[in-house]
Amino acid sequence: MLRIRAELVDAMAAHARADHPDEACGVIAGPEGSDRPERFIPMVNAARSPTFYEFDSADLLRLYREMEDLGEEPVVIYHSHTATEAYPSRTDVSYASEPLAHYVLVSTRECGPEEGPVEVRSYRIVDGVVTEEQIEIVA
Amino acid sequence: MSVEVRIPTILRSYTGGDKNVTGEGADLRALIVDLDARYPGIADRLVDEQGLRRFVNVYLNDEDVRFLGGLDTVVADGDSVTILPAVAGG
Repeated sequence: MLRIRAELVDAMAAHARADHPDEACGVIAGPEGSDRPERFIPMVNAARSPTFYEFDSADLLRLYREMEDLGEEPVVIYHSHTATEAYPSRTDVSYASEPLAHYVLVSTRECGPEEGPVEVRSYRIVDGVVTEEQIEIVA
Repeated sequence: MSVEVRIPTILRSYTGGDKNVTGEGADLRALIVDLDARYPGIADRLVDEQGLRRFVNVYLNDEDVRFLGGLDTVVADGDSVTILPAVAGG
């Protein structure tokens, strides 16, 4: 189960709307071992694509160094789907490489860049196996 | 001649959980061969017949080796190599 503050869910949704129709992506870091998402870090989608996302390689190194300095890990790794449901694609599964992270998918297929319903779902992706989990939104 | 190598979470099963290991080699290719001798199987996660795997980023100090010499990138005593899986998908 993913426990996450409402403002962080809103921040992911806002980022996804802002980048629509391209996919948005980012991380919510938290103290190592805590499983608590705390620090919202929107990333640039270096692919700038409606069907693919990738963190820029220099940004990725900076991000991991910074998290290490702060004793953090990527608790949530999120990205958006802009024309399909919030379910991991085959590409998502083949690239997933943080077995401890919650992979959050945000779909903007209904709302586009406007206010409106955003689908937000969370998964574990370990060794190619996708397991959906509940999201508990806390204040 | 020793190079520090930072291992990402997903590959720590090969290093007995260690985050940082040391290796030797004149270039990245030789360094990976050296790592594989002590951590069997790790090379296959980093390289394929084409060279470095598409979804693995390797940095020499602060520079992505794709912008240096790829597997031919020269490494020197005291250098630091960081391995990070790409964060990507569709």
